[in-house]
Amino acid sequence: MNVASLLTARRSARRWHWTDVAAYAYLLLGVVLMFGPVLWLVLSSFKTQAGLLEFPPSLLPMAQKEVRVEGFPQPLQLFRVTMEDGSTRELAQVRRVGIQAQMVDPLNPSQQVRVPIDRRVPVRELSLATRNYTEPLERFAFTRFLGNSVFVTVVATLITLLINSMAAYALSIYEFKGKNAAMLVVIGTLMIPITIILVPVYLVVTTVGLVNSLWAVILPGAATPTGVFLLRQYMLTLPRDLIEAARMDKASEWQIYWRIVMPLTLPALAVLAIFSIMWRWNEFLWPLAVLTKTEVYTLQIGLNAFQGELQTQWHYLLAMTVVTLTPVAIVFVFLQRFITTGIANTGMK
Amino acid sequence: MAEVKLVDIKKSYGAAAVIHDVNLAIADGEFVVFVGPSGCGKSTLLRIIAGLESVSGGEILIDGHSVTNVPASDRGLAMVFQSYALYPHMSVNKNMAFALENMGLGKGEIDQRVRRAAQMLRLTEYLDRKPKALSGGQRQRVAIGRAIVRDPKIFLFDEPLSNLDAELRVATRKELAALHAELGGTMIYVTHDQVEAMTLADRIVVLRAGRIEQIGTPLDLYNNPANLFVAGFIGSPRMNLFPGRVSAPGQIAVGAETRTILVPSAGAAPFGSEITLGSRPEHIDIVSEDQADLVITVDLVEQLGGETYLYGSAPSLPQVTVRQDGQALYARNERLGLHLKRDALHLFDADGQCVPSQ
Repeated sequence: MNVASLLTARRSARRWHWTDVAAYAYLLLGVVLMFGPVLWLVLSSFKTQAGLLEFPPSLLPMAQKEVRVEGFPQPLQLFRVTMEDGSTRELAQVRRVGIQAQMVDPLNPSQQVRVPIDRRVPVRELSLATRNYTEPLERFAFTRFLGNSVFVTVVATLITLLINSMAAYALSIYEFKGKNAAMLVVIGTLMIPITIILVPVYLVVTTVGLVNSLWAVILPGAATPTGVFLLRQYMLTLPRDLIEAARMDKASEWQIYWRIVMPLTLPALAVLAIFSIMWRWNEFLWPLAVLTKTEVYTLQIGLNAFQGELQTQWHYLLAMTVVTLTPVAIVFVFLQRFITTGIANTGMK
Repeated sequence: MAEVKLVDIKKSYGAAAVIHDVNLAIADGEFVVFVGPSGCGKSTLLRIIAGLESVSGGEILIDGHSVTNVPASDRGLAMVFQSYALYPHMSVNKNMAFALENMGLGKGEIDQRVRRAAQMLRLTEYLDRKPKALSGGQRQRVAIGRAIVRDPKIFLFDEPLSNLDAELRVATRKELAALHAELGGTMIYVTHDQVEAMTLADRIVVLRAGRIEQIGTPLDLYNNPANLFVAGFIGSPRMNLFPGRVSAPGQIAVGAETRTILVPSAGAAPFGSEITLGSRPEHIDIVSEDQADLVITVDLVEQLGGETYLYGSAPSLPQVTVRQDGQALYARNERLGLHLKRDALHLFDADGQCVPSQ
């Protein structure tokens, strides 16, 4: 089935049923709701600072056309002017005085005319303000922030997968007294919000001497109750016979974990990896608390720097938000296949 | 050398006891089958030997050494699971090599052993496949292959044929018998199918509710069942069991017509006591009604070509099964007189224990 036939699929091949219309309307609403803000963000990130503040706002990044006119050092803004005789001309504005604007014809710079400002309309064209992207990448240590974020995300996700799967292995494969109590305690920690433990954890991190180190961001959140729970539930579905067969095959506990259970838990690990990457990439409050030096900023904290007390540099903020979003979106696109495939792969008949 | 000895093995889950004081000695090279209805504890007993279940009491000895507290991986046994338990993410080759890698063997040695086992089990061309891409019979052979590459002291089989279709089951059964003849290891095999037990075993252990009912060679159990349970369990179709009463020394009254059957001896059963008369379907002759021990009405005739089974009923008696050689032509509702061969009668007292006939 190709995209075209997918997008025009109907209940009956011949005519449109009202349910087709309703279904497509609903889906369209979903698309607009989901993609509208993202599209708006991407388009706005290419607008100039002035373009962003414009009212009424435009969807596409439009900017007023500017021309260089002989005898003027700065480029001049171009307007379409309705003359007194009813004809229209494109003139560049030299300066504006009150309700009068002094204009010049770019083709004939020696002649200047005075025009009332309500007689002129700006000439606009599509223009991508790529400087929104290039300037912060050059001027700010944005690549450094990016590197920090990548490091935190990758290392934290690996550590999370490793230790969560170990905890889940113990809580699903072994039988011991207090196993369910231990699981309850793990799940119980879900009910403690980070804001409550922020200060105590900060004190611990300070004592250990990790403030302003990326490890301060990575380590405290590495063991997540959600991850342990998710992996444990999946491991419980693995056939016990496999574990016992491995025991009979003289496998050590580490080998059973690493060579039998881990490969079979891959679908759940992929889900947790996606979650972990998104959590870590978007994490804000905790890094803000423990990272105070610019060189250890992660992207989210770096973005925050564009938002000053008095003014916000929206054009940079929006552009860098797009840069921040891209990697996590790509990761999601590639990893989400794992969620569905391989779930049926528990193997035994 | 691999002898297994179970001494007073007990197993209970909480308050529920599932194995009661099992004592058993299995000789080196012997093929022993645990048989019994589901829930009788046969699989639990096998898992106790394997080390996958702990015991609540008693001792397990392998070659004279106690292994009661030795973990499964160190007992040197190999097990074939009912579900096969093949590692789904590994190829057939890897499945068989896994245990050898764990034993720390060299790559060449592993390869050689896997090849040899694959050849023996006709799996050579499937070595690179995943278990998913194999048929039931092939998976079964991989599971067996995984056990034999290790060259273990003892093989344990937990209902290995129950997931196969009838034809394949018969074929694999023969292969297993051939394998035992070739490898000569000690094998312990669990099944609920008494035909498998009869055909494979050197000795059968009949279990019921966590107790051993009888141990013996297949024919021993068939010819001399120690109690009603074994008599009813071993043999297909099962033995006819008629409830009766000792009406005089050497006489038993059976059924509502109170026909008296003269037996060589009612043994030690006292006069007037309840007794159960057992007669296998092939030990019943069809005779004229005036010479008959009992008269039945035929309900069903099963023609198998080489033999015929008649199922009939008589007032106040359970259904009677009669085996006739060849193609015996009888019709439904026909009345038949039956004579029970006296020298092949089994007598069981009120407790279900065999009454010696002399």
